[in-house]
Amino acid sequence: MTAYIMAFIVGGLICVIGQLLMDLTPLTPAHVLVLFVVMGALLSGIGLYQPLVDLGGAGATIPLPGFGHALVVGTIEDVDKYGFWGIFSGALRASATGVMAAVVFGFAMSVLFNPKG
Amino acid sequence: MSENIRQQMKEEAFQQKFNQVKPKPPLLKNIIWAFVVGGFICTIGQFVLDYFLSLGMGKKEAAGSATAVMVFLGSFFTGLGIYDELGKRAGAGSIVPITGFANSIVAPAMEFKREGYIFGVGAKMFVIAGPVLVYGMVTAFIVGLVYWLRQ
Repeated sequence: MTAYIMAFIVGGLICVIGQLLMDLTPLTPAHVLVLFVVMGALLSGIGLYQPLVDLGGAGATIPLPGFGHALVVGTIEDVDKYGFWGIFSGALRASATGVMAAVVFGFAMSVLFNPKG
Repeated sequence: MSENIRQQMKEEAFQQKFNQVKPKPPLLKNIIWAFVVGGFICTIGQFVLDYFLSLGMGKKEAAGSATAVMVFLGSFFTGLGIYDELGKRAGAGSIVPITGFANSIVAPAMEFKREGYIFGVGAKMFVIAGPVLVYGMVTAFIVGLVYWLRQ
């Protein structure tokens, strides 16, 4: 039960940061998404995002910074394993399921459905 | 004199009434919506994640599968037209989770379907997802390079 409450709070707070950026700055949703992925990757790089994942579980991995985190975790794993060329292989290996799902489901739904109105 | 007082009382009453009915600054409302909807979506994600973990999957595989399920839900509800209705109120609460990423793929792809499957669906899918992938991957590359150089 605690895991669900923590996921709710951590995930909700990350979204609140996004809302503040959208309401108080001229940033559009697209800017916020890009900024969040980059921030997630950078925070992960300096070791600050993993503690948030340990705390919030899906509350930290489901929001977009979690995607940036997954990219960096994979990259670092592959650099440890394969050295220099791991820089190229790690990010997409670690995020393959999400990227593949986004493209395939995104394509399927766009073909199946039509916009309302 | 009494006329003036009456006028003043009228104005005060008006001001009081006005304060009651005027819309509250939307910022607080937006924040609450973003928190509740964003938190709720992540709670569903946690539920899906726990389900995959209970099947005996490793942590990383379970997280990947949970992401895929959330992406499916995001694109499906976008197709049904429900996700964008939610988005009108939820703001960042529906944009920042990975379901919003899926929404950013399906919504423009559907919208531009009439321009064909190459320049419509195929290209417009990545109007927002493209920049997200580009900057995410470039950042991961830089972080990876710095990590490799410091080894």
